[in-house]
Amino acid sequence: MQLSPARQKLDHQLGLLQEDIVTLGEMVELAVRKAVEALKRRDVRAAQLVCTNDQSINDRRYDIEIEGLILIATQQPMARDLRLVAAILEINTELERIGDYAKGIARITMLLKDENVIIPTGKFQRMADLSLSMLSRALKAFVAQDADAALQIPREDDQIDALYNQIFKDLMHKMIAEPATMEHSNYVIWAAHNLERLADRVTNICERVVFLVNGEMQELDITDCESES
Amino acid sequence: MTMESKIVIQVNNVNVWYGPAQALKDVSLKVPAKKITAIIGPSGCGKSTFLRCFNRMNELVPTARTEGEVLYHGQNIYANEVNPVEVRRRIGMVFQKPNPFPKSIHENVAWAARINHLQSNGRWKNTELEQLVETSLRKAALWDEVKDKLHQSGLSLSGGQQQRLCIARAIAIEPEIILMDEPASALDPIASLKIEELMRELSKNYTIIVVTHNMQQAARVSDYTAFFTLDEADRAGILVEHGPSNQIFTNPRDERTEGYVTGRFG
Repeated sequence: MQLSPARQKLDHQLGLLQEDIVTLGEMVELAVRKAVEALKRRDVRAAQLVCTNDQSINDRRYDIEIEGLILIATQQPMARDLRLVAAILEINTELERIGDYAKGIARITMLLKDENVIIPTGKFQRMADLSLSMLSRALKAFVAQDADAALQIPREDDQIDALYNQIFKDLMHKMIAEPATMEHSNYVIWAAHNLERLADRVTNICERVVFLVNGEMQELDITDCESES
Repeated sequence: MTMESKIVIQVNNVNVWYGPAQALKDVSLKVPAKKITAIIGPSGCGKSTFLRCFNRMNELVPTARTEGEVLYHGQNIYANEVNPVEVRRRIGMVFQKPNPFPKSIHENVAWAARINHLQSNGRWKNTELEQLVETSLRKAALWDEVKDKLHQSGLSLSGGQQQRLCIARAIAIEPEIILMDEPASALDPIASLKIEELMRELSKNYTIIVVTHNMQQAARVSDYTAFFTLDEADRAGILVEHGPSNQIFTNPRDERTEGYVTGRFG
C-alpha cells in the first residue's frame, strides 16, 4: 500500500518527541548513577548536585508533556499514532519518577552525612547497574517499537528484588545488633527501595511499549501476591 | 465482532454495478438497532452507493444493478413483492446539501407526513398533524428557533437550520432508520457540531447510518464504523473492516484501515 507524505509534519513531531524521551532517559540514568556514586562515597556535595539537577529533569518532563498535548490538539492522531503519543506521555511520567528516585537517594546521602552505618556498596552498585540496563533496553525497545524485547525485560526484575531483599536482611541484622543505628539503617533501606522501584517503573515502560505495538494492555508485573514472602 | 444490540438490517453479499463497472463487491454487514454506524473510506469507494442500497435509491439510476440481500427485520427489501416506496418510508434519508421544499417550514414537515398518513390511514385530524409537526421539529432540535415563524419559507433558514428541517421532515414520516449522506459537510463547524449532537439524541429512538468524510466526526459521533476502500485488482468498493468505533480508531485490525484513519492512505 502506497503511503502518502501527507503526515510529514506529524511524523516529524512524533520523531522529535521520541528523541526527547530518549534524552530524558539519559538524564535520569545519569542522575541515578551519580546518586548511587555519591552514596557509596558518602559525598554530600555530589548528592546536593543531584538534588539540584532534578529540576532540569522536571522541566524537560513538562516540556514533553506540553508538546504531546499540542500534537494531540493540532494533529488529531489516530490508531498507532495515538497509542504512540499516549506511550510518550506515560513513559515521560515514569522517567520523571525515576528522576525522583535519584533525588531520593541523594537526599538520603545528605541525611546520613558521616553517620556510622553500613552501606552494602557492592549490592547497591549491582542493583543500579541491573535496573539501569533494564531501563536503557526498555527505551531502545520503545524507539524500535519492539514488543518482543519489551516482554522479556520485566523478567529480570527478580534479580533486583533478590538484591533488595539481601540489603534489607543485612541492614535488619545491623539494626537488631546495634539499635542505635536503626534510623540511619532505615534510610539506607529506603535508598535501596528507590532502586527496586526504579525497576518497577521499567516494567511499566515495557507495558507501554507492548500496548503501543499490539494495542492491548498487558500486565507484565509477574509478582505473585500469594507467594510473596 | 459481537454486537450488544439487536440487528435491524443485515446486508448479505451485496454487489452493485453501474453498467459494466462494479461499484460494490461482496459487501456483508450487520447494522445494530438504535446505534450510529458510520461509513468511512476514500472518495469513490462506494460509500454513498452502499448507503443507497438500504433504501433502494440506486434503482433511480437507470444503469444500476444490485445483487445480494438486504434483510430488514429478516425480510429482503429487494424481493419482488416489496414496494420500494414502502421501504423508503421506513428508511428515511438526509442528504449532504440541505434540500428543503420551496414551501413554508410548517409545510416542509406537514406535507410528507400528510402524504404518508393518507397512504396508510386515509383520515387525519388537524390537531394530530400539528402535534406531529411540532414533535418532529422538537426532535430535530429546531422547534425553539422556528416556532414563531412556521409559515416563513424553509429556504429562509440558515444552512444548519435547513438541514435540521430536512431531518424533521424525514422524522415526520416515522421511519425506523435514518440514512445520512455527509449531513454536515456543507455546514460551518458550529452547525456541524449541532448536527452531531442531534444525531446522538436521535439515536436513542432511531437507527442511524451515516456516510462521512470527516474522520473526527465519525470518531466522535458513531458507535460502530465500517471502513470501505477500492479493491486493488478491479477497483470495486469493498468493505475492509467493521467494528466498534473506539476500536477502529485506536487499534484497527487491518493495515488498510490503519493507513486511512492515520491519514497516511496514499
